[in-house]
Amino acid sequence: MNVTQLSAFVSNKPGHLQKVLKALADENVNIVTLIVAETSDFGILRMIVNDSERGLKALRENNITCSVNDVLALEIDDKPGSLFNALDVFAKKNLNIEYMYAFTEKRDGRAVMIFRFEDIEAAKNALADSGYNIVRKIDLIGENK
Amino acid sequence: MFNKEIESMPEKKMKELQLERLKWSVNHAYTNVPFYKKKFDAAGFHPDQLKSLDDMKRVPFLTKQDMRDNYPYGLFAVPLSKVVRVHASSGTTGNATVVGYTKSDVNVFAEVVARCLAAYGVSENDVIQNAYGYGLFTGGLGLHYGSEKLGALTVPISGGNTPRQLMLFKDFGTTVLCSTPSYALNVADYIETKMPDFKIESTKLRVGVFGAEPWSEAMRAEIEKRLKIDAYDIYGLSEVIGPGVSCECSAKSGLHVHEDHFYVEIIDPDTGEVLPEGTKGEIVYTSLTKEAFPGIRYRSRDISMLYHDNCSCGRTLVKMEKVSGRSDDMLIIRGVNVFPSQVETILMEAEGTEPHYQIIVDRKGSMDDIEVMVEVNEKIFSDELKVLNNLSKNIADRFRSVLGITAKVTLVEPQTIPRSEGKAVRVVDKRKI
Repeated sequence: MNVTQLSAFVSNKPGHLQKVLKALADENVNIVTLIVAETSDFGILRMIVNDSERGLKALRENNITCSVNDVLALEIDDKPGSLFNALDVFAKKNLNIEYMYAFTEKRDGRAVMIFRFEDIEAAKNALADSGYNIVRKIDLIGENK
Repeated sequence: MFNKEIESMPEKKMKELQLERLKWSVNHAYTNVPFYKKKFDAAGFHPDQLKSLDDMKRVPFLTKQDMRDNYPYGLFAVPLSKVVRVHASSGTTGNATVVGYTKSDVNVFAEVVARCLAAYGVSENDVIQNAYGYGLFTGGLGLHYGSEKLGALTVPISGGNTPRQLMLFKDFGTTVLCSTPSYALNVADYIETKMPDFKIESTKLRVGVFGAEPWSEAMRAEIEKRLKIDAYDIYGLSEVIGPGVSCECSAKSGLHVHEDHFYVEIIDPDTGEVLPEGTKGEIVYTSLTKEAFPGIRYRSRDISMLYHDNCSCGRTLVKMEKVSGRSDDMLIIRGVNVFPSQVETILMEAEGTEPHYQIIVDRKGSMDDIEVMVEVNEKIFSDELKVLNNLSKNIADRFRSVLGITAKVTLVEPQTIPRSEGKAVRVVDKRKI
């Protein structure tokens, strides 16, 4: 399924990440999972939050450069080889993963992976074509939305 | 034209008027300001020797340092009882430079600003929102008095408080905005990020009057597109009078100098030698009518060129090219002359980055190190690292190809780079040479 990801630009300096977290906390926006891609000067904070619209508004109001975009959420078995098998579908269709990260929490003993593709629909089609029926509509972002 | 007789006066007649007024002004300074007498005497020059405009080259220069040394009133040529106003520059690098105005000087100031506004097609039917800072800075009161002289409805809102500025655009039917060009872009940013429902097209705004800092043609195009206005340059410096020394006209190419009040020369900044029309160099100003603070051959450090081009607007006043930089803002980096305006153009052309930038020059060992900080806004931001890395790389590549220097490009958060309502701090030179 498509999930909305919230991203923010953060300088790689003490206290700057906190500015983003405070902006979200003040608006009662909960982070479900996150990953930072860092360089020596800055980082890109990518998050799945319980309310991306409210999160975006909160960051903008605090003059934090941010954006939202769709990422692909995939539930897989939490056992050896299942991520390998999932990636095989994309590799065979020559679909490049821009980046990926995992949910910190398991769902009913299964792992949830987040994928960023240039073309998210092509990735979904690839999964469907291969009969790889691992996409499940799951409640990713908790009860309050 | 606000003053057709002067603004379309034949060149020859203008030169006669200038010579007559120069004689008065140079003598006024010599007679009433001990500093000038001492300086002229030391250079072996006496005002009686001024027989033609060409003789001006024998007159010694006035520098910003002279003004600082004579802080605050040392260069005034009239008793303080005749002075009705002072303005001062910020004085971040030493004593502030203080300038004074008599009643007549205030009138001249208002007249030249009114001429500028008329040259932009502004009239008494306009509503002028003056977002220059009011205070010691000449921008606020300068535009204010000029606007009133023209007879326009003048809104003295001063700088900052963007939501209020936008509210008044709507409520007061503002047709003209006066501010620094960087503030105009702030307004456009604010609308896009904070008030997406605000439609600038639904306001009556049609003209922008921008000055107090150098800005490029690329920046003009961006302001015009985003605020849906015609953007005009107004130029001036407090040491000469303030904004209104020169202005663009409907041709939007070059600025007409109000040369009945200010005599301009272009010199070689290194040798001080006067250069002919059509040659780039440093502009030197001499006031022709100012009473309280005569400025004789003031070295502006602004780099430009003078020319006559039979302007389509009908003005015969000499034109100066849009100021491309300051000879003291000019950075010499590893032997290459770099003006902040060139950096601005590079940034505008690389992926449409807006020019909220700062150049930091430092010397590591014996090598100059240049860092360009660029604020990342939503237009250039991406959740993908490679996109941002490409942006830095593109900017660095352009630095190499256009200026021939290697620069480190650092992307920073919005509002990181200091920017005042007045002048943006574009260059920080940390070199201790």
